[in-house]
Amino acid sequence: MNIIVCIKQIPDPEIPPAKFKLDIESKRVIPPEGIPPVINPYDEQAVELALRLKDKYGGKITVLTVGSDAASNIVKHALSMGADQGIVLNDKAFEDSDSFSTAYILSQAIRKIGDYDLVLCGRQAADWDEGLVGSIIAENLGLPLVTLAEAIDVPDGELSVKQVTLEGYQVIAVPIPAVVTVSNEVGRPRLPSGWGIISASQKQIPVWSASDLDADPSKIGASAARRKLIKLFIPVRERKCEIIEGETEAEASVKLVDRLIKAGVI
Amino acid sequence: MADYKGVLICGELIEGKVTTTTKELISTGRKLSDGLNQLLSLLLIGQNLQEVADEAISLGVDKVYIGDGVPYAESLPERYVAIISNVCKQIEPFIILFGQTDMGRDIAPRLAARLRTSVCMDCVELTIDPDTRSLLQTKPVYGGNAVAVWASENYQPQVVTMRPRASAPAEPDTSRKGEIVPVTVKVDDSKIKCKLLETVKEEVKGIKLEEAKVIVTGGGGIGGSEGFQLIKELAQILGGTIGITRVPCDEGWMPKSLEIGQTGHIVSPALYIAVGVSGAPQHLAGCSGSKCIIAINKDPEAHIFKEADFGIVGDYRKALPSLIEKCKALFAI
Ligand SMILES: Cc1cc2nc3c(=O)[nH]c(=O)nc-3n(C[C@H](O)[C@H](O)[C@H](O)COP(=O)(O)OP(=O)(O)OC[C@H]3O[C@@H](n4cnc5c(N)ncnc54)[C@H](O)[C@@H]3O)c2cc1C
Ligand SMILES: Nc1ncnc2c1ncn2[C@@H]1O[C@H](COP(=O)(O)O)[C@@H](O)[C@H]1O
Repeated sequence: MNIIVCIKQIPDPEIPPAKFKLDIESKRVIPPEGIPPVINPYDEQAVELALRLKDKYGGKITVLTVGSDAASNIVKHALSMGADQGIVLNDKAFEDSDSFSTAYILSQAIRKIGDYDLVLCGRQAADWDEGLVGSIIAENLGLPLVTLAEAIDVPDGELSVKQVTLEGYQVIAVPIPAVVTVSNEVGRPRLPSGWGIISASQKQIPVWSASDLDADPSKIGASAARRKLIKLFIPVRERKCEIIEGETEAEASVKLVDRLIKAGVI
Repeated sequence: MADYKGVLICGELIEGKVTTTTKELISTGRKLSDGLNQLLSLLLIGQNLQEVADEAISLGVDKVYIGDGVPYAESLPERYVAIISNVCKQIEPFIILFGQTDMGRDIAPRLAARLRTSVCMDCVELTIDPDTRSLLQTKPVYGGNAVAVWASENYQPQVVTMRPRASAPAEPDTSRKGEIVPVTVKVDDSKIKCKLLETVKEEVKGIKLEEAKVIVTGGGGIGGSEGFQLIKELAQILGGTIGITRVPCDEGWMPKSLEIGQTGHIVSPALYIAVGVSGAPQHLAGCSGSKCIIAINKDPEAHIFKEADFGIVGDYRKALPSLIEKCKALFAI
């Protein structure tokens, strides 16, 4: 099984809401001070799922990211978890690409790599919370797609994908090659091993540019974006919390019930 | 360029009826089509759809397209994308509306790619800009820390999904008139590459989260599966049901089918009691529509207190037993 995993670097999605800041003018998120960006958590789980498949069936894992120089950090992270190689797709022309352009850039890279059985993406990037890129890659490459996978097995040369649904799951058989997007139900990703960190630090991480990918300039960057951001703001919280005091929690609880009755809640 | 007109809702059915989310889409769609002065249509795929189509008309749909086929949950997304893109090519709607459900999450992105157009996922508000007549798409981003408004002026049709519970469901009015139009939903079977092997519903006994009037949610602060006994007891006495955050799900204390939030259930009960829940935006995304929110948390600085109406600062192990006793006495159980 040769697997390509698409990974994205994003601001830490679990920072305390108080630390989340915007520049309203430029409609951009201000990176929180002292909290480094991370690999999108779903993409880390996609790397984990790829590693489980490799543990069972062998093969090679390649990680791809469209990002700046700093994005090589998440590629290193994936390598230290056990991925075999990583490539950063970086070019000035890629800046401010939307989901369609990003998917196009990744599709071009996947075509260039050529030899693969499975492309994994996260179910969504936890910055803009879209959940588009994986599906668009599948359409671009004309490949079958399963979204929101929590497990994959490969009996008899076909994928058997367990797909999360709101009320349970489905199992879908998919011919290879295919695209699968990965959900958090995969569970905790493994930690990099000491040996993983050493071997990752010795690996070269090639950078591919627009010309390496033979990318059509009309399909990439801000000018190709299908949507325009009109406004970005932090929502105002409308609730005012009334703290019910008491000598003990038990006393506060009793008072709470009385208060709720008075307020007509119960 | 083709003349794209009207709003098309891709509807969902459950046990032969339109889902609550579809009713919400009808009320949003109605406003949009009135703003554009164009028709509101609904696509339904299933069997024996006459009655449900009549219901949809009473809810405010002008034109119901009905296709004889298998409901989404028993079919394959591949088949649905093929059907819906064929229908859209025939009727050329200006806006294509889905719910942010299993179906919308999966179909909308592929459909937009196939129609070479724009798409915006998980919107909480959709309006027509009166000046430009373009569709303004409001969507929470960064897990709910921020909200973005998008427009896609040069792309038609515009595909959007709408978060459940973001708008009120449409109300029936049997005096409304509309048209029912059959559509063919045949697709080339040789192009379907996936096979559905198994569908499993992890039946949750009792009240469905989406329909509950009271939800008691336990978070990471509960500390293990035993603590959920208290949560269950309180929920039961209040005639409600229980929910969880991501932590009890990841830790395996409780089944994931109870998870509330951005990636779980979206609920809006009259009363939401969050116990040992820190109040991460990704969780609040699933419950901020609740009428009254109560937080019980031992950390006075916990973010949940910024989003709650009432709060108790303290250990849930000490608070819940007397809360349960008091409610028991109140409801004389
Ligand atoms: C992309 C993404 C998507 C996500 N989607 C979801 C989602 O859909 N749903 C979801 O829930 N989460 C989601 N999360 C996770 C979310 O960010 C938080 O990590 C999670 O909601 C935290 O759960 P919690 O508040 O229960 O636990 P914790 O953050 O562990 O908080 C526990 C709280 O309990 C309090 N506490 C501890 N002991 C006690 C006690 N004895 N008595 C009273 N209080 C106590 C603590 O003070 C603390 O505030 C998502 C995260 C990401 C990155
Ligand atoms: N810049 C990027 N580089 C590599 N992969 C990406 C990038 N953006 C998105 N992806 C992949 O596509 C998935 C969905 O992203 P999105 O559609 O932006 O929510 C992510 O989880 C990644 O797997």
